[in-house]
Amino acid sequence: MAEAAVSPASRRGARPAGERELTPPVIQLQDVWKRYSLGAVVVEALRGVSLAIAEGEYVAVMGPSGSGKSTLMHLLGCLDVPTAGAYRLAGRDVAGMSERELAAVRNRRIGFVFQQFNLLPRLSAARNVELPMAYAGVDRRQRRERARAALEAVGIGDRAHHRPSELSGGQQQRVAIARALVTDPTLLLADEPTGNLASGQAAEVLALFAGLHAQGRTVVLITHDPEVAGHARRVVRLRDGEITADEPVPGPR
Amino acid sequence: MSWPETVRTAWEALAGRRSRSGLTVLGILIGIAAVILTVGLGEGAQARVGHAIASLGTNLLIVTPGSATASGLRGGLGSASTLTLGDARALQSHLDCPDIAAVAPVVQRSFGLAAGSNTWTAPVLGTTPAYLPIRNRSVVAGAGLTAADVTTGASVAVIGSQVATSLFPSGRAVGRTIQVGGVPFTVVGVLNTAGATANANQDDLVLVPITTAQQQLIGRSGPQAGSLSQILLSARSPQAMGAAYQETQDLLLQLHHIPSPAQADFTVTPQTALLSTASSVSGTLTVLLVGIAAISLLVGGIGVMNIMLVSVTERIREIGVRKALGGTPSDIRRQFLVEASGLGLAGGLGGALLGLAGALVLPQVIGNPVDISWPAVAGSIVVAVGIGVVFGVYPASRAARLAPIDALRSD
Ligand SMILES: Nc1ncnc2c1ncn2[C@@H]1O[C@H](COP(=O)(O)OP(=O)(O)O)[C@@H](O)[C@H]1O
Ligand SMILES: [Mg+2]
Repeated sequence: MAEAAVSPASRRGARPAGERELTPPVIQLQDVWKRYSLGAVVVEALRGVSLAIAEGEYVAVMGPSGSGKSTLMHLLGCLDVPTAGAYRLAGRDVAGMSERELAAVRNRRIGFVFQQFNLLPRLSAARNVELPMAYAGVDRRQRRERARAALEAVGIGDRAHHRPSELSGGQQQRVAIARALVTDPTLLLADEPTGNLASGQAAEVLALFAGLHAQGRTVVLITHDPEVAGHARRVVRLRDGEITADEPVPGPR
Repeated sequence: MSWPETVRTAWEALAGRRSRSGLTVLGILIGIAAVILTVGLGEGAQARVGHAIASLGTNLLIVTPGSATASGLRGGLGSASTLTLGDARALQSHLDCPDIAAVAPVVQRSFGLAAGSNTWTAPVLGTTPAYLPIRNRSVVAGAGLTAADVTTGASVAVIGSQVATSLFPSGRAVGRTIQVGGVPFTVVGVLNTAGATANANQDDLVLVPITTAQQQLIGRSGPQAGSLSQILLSARSPQAMGAAYQETQDLLLQLHHIPSPAQADFTVTPQTALLSTASSVSGTLTVLLVGIAAISLLVGGIGVMNIMLVSVTERIREIGVRKALGGTPSDIRRQFLVEASGLGLAGGLGGALLGLAGALVLPQVIGNPVDISWPAVAGSIVVAVGIGVVFGVYPASRAARLAPIDALRSD
């Protein structure tokens, strides 16, 4: 289903889960802290998180509301910077990167799916999907073709010219997913991608992620739903900004 | 992001907010049109006054009898008639007055005129051929007075265009006879149209040889016999005005045996004095209008500023999305720069067009001339674009430096 969205050159075969330890980590967090100060009150959203995720893994992040899941995801997606600790992305320390380099990383390496979709309301679905390619300098014709292909891959090719307000929540989330994977990123991050969806739509979106993982992409997604987490190969549990458990999922489907 | 892509993105953003973009453009447009029209009105008024004064004559000096003092006009010391043909002749001497180019003595009085059944009343000036060049006038039909007319005391007249149309409404005036105070004169020429100035209608007059006027019309007897109404002089150049003024003053004091300029029984008024008074008056007017224009531009500018600020604040989320997808701060800055200058330019050009159209239409409606001031046009466009750019780009470029997530969170 997602086949049309990726270029053949970067297509990687699915790897057996057992090889995971051998590949170098794409993501490496070392004692990462994130503090928010709200006037006199300081909120510690992340408290010394260390985490390594290898290429091709499918990781679910779980935890109660307010445990720091989104904060963690934003750091992973280079949308925010840690207060303390180091984040290495593909071996490079993110703290040493310039704004321009960070923009390039967000543009090429990472596809981010927000819980709130974050589509631009005045652009059509197709133009929304074209955005990352516009910043990557892909020419217009190719951009249109790839956007159309990506929308078809997530099953809403017929809605390409609708604005977000003319689409259902599930359709908007699909547009957001198409936008995240249209640049063929190695790392796909999703913050409760099914949180706003009806269960039928949720299942379809999860099938999409499973397909992307099967193509060799690294997928990290946040969820509350143990059922959803069951699709992943590894579950990381957070509580009060700390990792309380990090274990492989027995018997993946 | 490439420039063409940036322009496309900016266009998309503007087109997506049609009414807001339209209002911004309208605000700029009206401000600029107002500036162009108010400055144009001021300059038009100034030009009209300047032109009217310049049409009185080039490098002109006017000598009038009596002296203008704080207490008003007073007569001369001793001599009954203060300005004479002798004075005028003396001023013509290149030896004494090297900076004076031409001299025209004038005697003047109002007379009833008649031609057939048509009658009219107009000032009649007895003068010499030098009058026309000094006053910067010419004849459009026939010829002017000649030296021979003056020597022989010919009964010929050159009439202003208004006199011509009043006395000869249906035909040629040249060659016809008019009665001036009952004395017949042959019309030899008609003056060009000069329009009215503040104190005289330059088209409502009759010129006759000064000798004829003195012998047959004015001052044949009485204490004022032989005295002149005024002497018109022209300096060799605008730069020579000062010297010409001094030479006139000195020579006349000497001829009238007056020891000190404070006791002079005549007044020399340079044209430049009139000109500078008038232009300072209309200069004040221009300053006033420019002030009004600046205020309207400021008000328009604050409107634009407000719209830009609100629009950028509302769009910080968009900036967050764009950054999250790989937009660099300079991509964001450039997009807002193109948007803001696009709005400013559209409003600026639209306003210039409206202002220029107004400058064409307005004179027909209100009868005042509107001179287009190109510096004002250019300046107001620069200001409008500048305001748009500063208040559109500055907050956007600040938002572009936020971490994407902070921009996304703003609401
Ligand atoms: N921008 C922020 N400013 C202040 N506090 C924040 C901010 N973002 C998150 N927090 C706080 O950090 C904690 C973790 O938040 P978050 O990562 O969103 O949790 P989750 O996604 O697991 O529900 C919460 O207590 C939240 O209130
Ligand atoms: Mg969250």
